[in-house]
Amino acid sequence: MADGYSVENCLSISNRVRRSILDLVHRTKSPHIGSSFSTVEILVALYFNRLNVSPDDPLNPERDRFILSKGHACSALYAVLAERGFLSKEDLELFAVDGGRLEQHPNMDLGRGIEVSTGSLGHGLSIGAGMALAAKVDKKKYGIYVLLSDGELNEGSVWEALMFAGHHRLSNLVAFVDFNKIQALGFTKDIIDLEPLDEKWRSFGWHAQTADGHDFEEIFAALNSLSTEKPNVVILHTIKGRGVSFMENKLLWHYRAPDDREYADALKELLK
Amino acid sequence: MRAAFFKTLAELYQKDVNTYVLTADLGFKLFDDIKAGCPDRFYDIGVAEANMGSISAGLSLSGKNVYCYSIIPFLIMRAFEQIRIDIAYHNLDVKLVGVGGGVTYGLEGFTHFGLEDFALMRSLPNMTIVVPADPVEAACLAKISHRHKGPMYIRLGRNNEPSVHEKCPDFQIGKPIFLSEGKHVAILAIGSMVYIGKQLLNMLRGKGITATLVNVHTLRPLDAEVIKQVASTHELIFSLEEHYVEGGLGTAIAEILAETRYNTCLKRIGVGKLTAHIGSAEYLREKYGLTADKIFHEILNKLMENS
Repeated sequence: MADGYSVENCLSISNRVRRSILDLVHRTKSPHIGSSFSTVEILVALYFNRLNVSPDDPLNPERDRFILSKGHACSALYAVLAERGFLSKEDLELFAVDGGRLEQHPNMDLGRGIEVSTGSLGHGLSIGAGMALAAKVDKKKYGIYVLLSDGELNEGSVWEALMFAGHHRLSNLVAFVDFNKIQALGFTKDIIDLEPLDEKWRSFGWHAQTADGHDFEEIFAALNSLSTEKPNVVILHTIKGRGVSFMENKLLWHYRAPDDREYADALKELLK
Repeated sequence: MRAAFFKTLAELYQKDVNTYVLTADLGFKLFDDIKAGCPDRFYDIGVAEANMGSISAGLSLSGKNVYCYSIIPFLIMRAFEQIRIDIAYHNLDVKLVGVGGGVTYGLEGFTHFGLEDFALMRSLPNMTIVVPADPVEAACLAKISHRHKGPMYIRLGRNNEPSVHEKCPDFQIGKPIFLSEGKHVAILAIGSMVYIGKQLLNMLRGKGITATLVNVHTLRPLDAEVIKQVASTHELIFSLEEHYVEGGLGTAIAEILAETRYNTCLKRIGVGKLTAHIGSAEYLREKYGLTADKIFHEILNKLMENS
């Protein structure tokens, strides 16, 4: 079972994770810091309060499965996996460098807790549905958790997965939408408006909840109210770039890596 | 051929609780034997090939041996990226069973043809490509594929294909089958064209020409040693396939020959380009030069040029 860290603990872990993301992105000039910052709380909540996974036994067939379908937020995943003991300091040093170990989208590495290679949007929920189906047929207790981005919901394959999971009532499948309202070229409401998003999922046969994706109390409440009859989605209202004031809600930080001065300013805010 | 494959697969499916069969809403009555036994391992995913590709990956990542079925272009081309990432790069036990190789679907039109599948699947890491020549081989392949580790693409025809073999041949992945040994010309054929090759043997014999006929059922991994052996003993090689001339068996053979110095000439027979013909598979094969008569004359012409 997960360690059941308190909200207070999760807050301090989240802060360390954000600093780690900042370091990773700054050092390697990698993109997607904004997309990573918006996922920090859900990842910390899952890895420290929900998922039955262990770095000492990463291949345990009874483990919960987590899929980062929005693979571009990998720096957040790597930072959390390092906090949780799946990745070493050396692994992080080998992020996004020639001859390295970790790419800017995750590669399957079960020993390091990375279940699936992602990076092309619209695959993770279907893979998760396959895993959930296998677990259901085998009467296994483990759960499958998939984190999607909002822009990713433009992919038709996501809705194929929604229909399938709803029809087969895959209640062991839990999806999260990191609804930070900004996709690669602008605001989701201007590109492909997703609203009313929870109603859409509900109409596909899912149990849909919404939560403030940066509030652990709300995230835990949603995780404690999952349906045992239907597949579950928690739509997380989040802020792209959350945690660093000048990155928040700015499309620029889908792409830009902080320069030295921006790094220092961001670190100062995170150390407050 | 399709019925033979799924009859054998149904037997294996009933015995093995890890075997899953998925279809994207095609195969009317094809899965009755499978469904009858263990319905919780057979799924009609719906008309959603991309979803089927990823679901099969999720099942395989959970320890399952998965077969996916549809008509070739929908199975392979609609879901190509799911196959590339989720199945091929992950190197999973997923068998993609495509029906309707070449112009099999005839009057249903080009949307249903499988003419680019070899080229696409040859480009993917870890992908094994096997094409049975007749129902006997299809049944053999059902068994072999079930034991196979890693992704596999299986191209089937449809119904009523003529038999090449009377009894089960020594069918092993990656090992071409020599059906005849001659000296004037070598015919390397795959799938439906193996039967055409057998017809050619008789026609050529009537002219005093002896031919080597090889059933290259495994396009990948292609047995380079057999290709070199044939090239070292024949001045003329014909490759026969129901696929575009680009990217398939002929191309794969040419790639091997390009790096050797054998004194041989390769003529690739396949579909050059689709034109406005409308008709049955038999009609289209005639129009695209994929009949024994047409190829017979091409071989005679080439032999004359060479002599």
